[in-house]
Amino acid sequence: MMAGSLILQTGTRLLLPLLLLFSVFLLLRGHDEPGGGFIAGLVAAMAFALYMFAFDVYKARAILRIDPRNMLGIGLLLATVSGVPALLQGRAYLTSLWWDVEVPLFGELKLSTPLVFDIGVYLVVIGTVLTIVLALAEAEE
Amino acid sequence: MLFAILSIFVVAALAPVVHRATGRHSGWVLALLPAALFVYFASFVPTVAAGETVRLAWQWMPGLDVQFSFLIDGLSLMFALLIAGIGVFVVSYAGRYLEGHRDLGRFYVLILSFMGSMLGLVLADNIILMFIFWELTSITSYLLIGFNHEQLKARKAALQGLIVTVGGGLALLAGLVLLGVASGSWELSEILAGEDSLHEHALYLPLVILILLGTFTKSAQFPFHFWLPNAMAAPTPVSAYLHSATMVKAGVYLMARLNPELGGTELWTWTLGLFGAVTMFTGAWMAIQSTEIKKLLAYSTVMALGTLTMLIGIDSPYAAMAGATFLLAHSLYKGALFMLAGSIDHGTGEKEVPNMGGLRRAMPLTAAFSVIAALSLAGLPPLFGFVGKELMLEAALGAPDALGVVLPLLAVASAILVVAVAAIVGLRPFFGARPEYARTPHESPGAMLAGPAVLATLGLIFGIFPALAQPLVVATATSIHGADPEMQLKLWHGINLPLGLSLLSLAAGLVIYRFWDSVRAGIGRVMAPAFRVAPERGYDRFMDGLVWFSAFQTRVLQNGYLRTYVMVTMLTTVALVLATFATLGGLEITVSFADILVHEWVIAALVALAALFVATTNSRLAAVASLGIIGFGVSLIYVFFSAPDLGITQVLVETLTVILLVLVLFRLPGFLKFSNPLTRVRDVIASLVVGVTMTAVLMATLGVQYFPAISEYHIAESEPSAYGRNIVNVILVDFRALDTLGELFVLALAAVGVYAMIKFRAEDRKS
Repeated sequence: MMAGSLILQTGTRLLLPLLLLFSVFLLLRGHDEPGGGFIAGLVAAMAFALYMFAFDVYKARAILRIDPRNMLGIGLLLATVSGVPALLQGRAYLTSLWWDVEVPLFGELKLSTPLVFDIGVYLVVIGTVLTIVLALAEAEE
Repeated sequence: MLFAILSIFVVAALAPVVHRATGRHSGWVLALLPAALFVYFASFVPTVAAGETVRLAWQWMPGLDVQFSFLIDGLSLMFALLIAGIGVFVVSYAGRYLEGHRDLGRFYVLILSFMGSMLGLVLADNIILMFIFWELTSITSYLLIGFNHEQLKARKAALQGLIVTVGGGLALLAGLVLLGVASGSWELSEILAGEDSLHEHALYLPLVILILLGTFTKSAQFPFHFWLPNAMAAPTPVSAYLHSATMVKAGVYLMARLNPELGGTELWTWTLGLFGAVTMFTGAWMAIQSTEIKKLLAYSTVMALGTLTMLIGIDSPYAAMAGATFLLAHSLYKGALFMLAGSIDHGTGEKEVPNMGGLRRAMPLTAAFSVIAALSLAGLPPLFGFVGKELMLEAALGAPDALGVVLPLLAVASAILVVAVAAIVGLRPFFGARPEYARTPHESPGAMLAGPAVLATLGLIFGIFPALAQPLVVATATSIHGADPEMQLKLWHGINLPLGLSLLSLAAGLVIYRFWDSVRAGIGRVMAPAFRVAPERGYDRFMDGLVWFSAFQTRVLQNGYLRTYVMVTMLTTVALVLATFATLGGLEITVSFADILVHEWVIAALVALAALFVATTNSRLAAVASLGIIGFGVSLIYVFFSAPDLGITQVLVETLTVILLVLVLFRLPGFLKFSNPLTRVRDVIASLVVGVTMTAVLMATLGVQYFPAISEYHIAESEPSAYGRNIVNVILVDFRALDTLGELFVLALAAVGVYAMIKFRAEDRKS
């Protein structure tokens, strides 16, 4: 693949962290406002895809650090495991459980099994999109 | 109880570790588990002998009426004791028989899992739970039969057994569901205790046929008997186990279990009586023609299974007693004989009976136990097999109507052949001249003789003192038929017709044994044409046909052209939808354009124009761009109708589509015309039909509401019970999280599939 333009590369360097931050923001607000694991995952995957277009596949893989196929596995594992605590309490699999944790300076933090589940969704979506996109791009070389 | 069964699977999982830790004594160590279970089950004997049943239940899936419920009565206890008891010896035997085999650890995993499945099957009270264990036995026995997976023969036999039994299992599942529906309960104990008989129920005929298909295939009844002898490809301990107490007896168990509820009709009596008797004779007949010792024994198992089925069909107190006695006697001598056959193989390297002889000095213990077990097989006093055979003949003579003539004839004919078979496996290898063997014959180690010793001796003890076996046998017969004071076990029944028939079969059987070689050759010549139409040929034809059909439908439906897939999928959907509309009605469309605002018209028109452009343009880039217009138009509509999540997702998916298209666009060949005008007219028509149908369906669903929408519940409960204000997300991660989980797996699988496709193609190119 051809190397992208300097403008695109510089822009991407700035955009990538912003987009990733935005995707985490979307992921965390998802339960109350538009967002959620699926949308957030798409945004994050797109950020890396942009990086891939601006530079090349190898740089994209390098900055990703983790193989997207492993992300698939970790995501599936998180989503599957998030249903287990309910089982341990004798309730149906995947019943949501909530804990309110007081964090100094931040205030109340709502932790829950659906959040873990949503992080699983997030990782699976990133993993799926990037597995396909990177493989396609590599096949092109 | 639940703990007892689960413990087997836990130990099975740990078996390779135990094996590594204990080395050559692993067989004995692991045999402790079935031994403990045997003691545990034996503690139920006094309760059950007193006529009580024990039921234990734990919740599993209450919404589906599926629970871990177990029932201990005479029948299930008899089976549980046999499974655990023979299991002790099979495991310890295997430890020595397969000593040094690199996969011995794996073998323990399989055989213990199989044991657990089998115990679950006979103890389960819930019929769905029972079916799950039923299928588990099929799968584990598949792995056991194919244990020597480098051998083509073993793999083939394993697959054959799996396909026959699992095919029957499908029928069984349908039959069990019908049984549950017809009787209104999913617990065997409640079904059996039900006041109403199912005989008059409209579903009686289909449910009996389906259940019997399942049990006949599992228990190798004619014409499905062929898979069992082929299963000999398994290591000997497996054969000993599969044939004596387990697997093939599962079908017999289920028929015996359901006999009180389903039996007593002409359909039941005739089907079981005739198929059982024919199987019995076929087994004995095929056994006499075989020369490999394990095959001889395997066919005699077929014969025993036929006998048991026949006895269940006859459904009299005598038959129930005969069935219970025969079951116990057969498990004892057959388990022993298989292990002894393995012992001969181990000591001499010889499997063919005609090449054997004169082993009594080199293998005195093997010879002694073989003779005892074979005497029981032949049904000679004072062995337990004699008690069983007398009862069996008595029961066959007492069969109703014409069966009272047919069954005794077949029973006597089989008995004659079985005497010969017993002599062949019990006498031939040990007496007469001693030929040259591949190995210098030597006696087997203690671990391999302990099982046969105990089992054969038990056959002798129960024969001399039938009162010892009586409580359990009567309890079993009571489960099969119902209590009856006539049920008693005696060695000596006085001089009567069955005794005369026994003597006749003994004399005739010994004559056949004397001239076995020429008899075999004679039968071989006569039977040659029959083998061409044997049921196994049917199986082979069926498998060939299946492969041919798969290839055919793959060629037609999965030909690799995306356009064909789309066309087939769409047209099938449309055909089904239209058929539903045509038969059930419901196509009421009320259209009103009054509420549509101007900008909505504009977007709709834009989307429609873009779609038209995509279909007609010659430029690929323009097509991609127009597709983008459609996508963004749709997402705008989502936003207008206050579905921001959908809108965002749509925009992102559109972007992603563009990325993917950009990646593949340059790899596609130039825009060629693949289609002639005629196919394009066809495509236009097909698209129109699909589009119009889908629009009609959407319009129709707007006008009809059969159930109150669940969205009301979601909206009401989202904040209070799921602590979320974004209902879409709450539905995805909480209310319907299981659906999402399933979709995640689909997504991951799709990614892996695409990845494999791209990578393999790239590698193909390179090489």
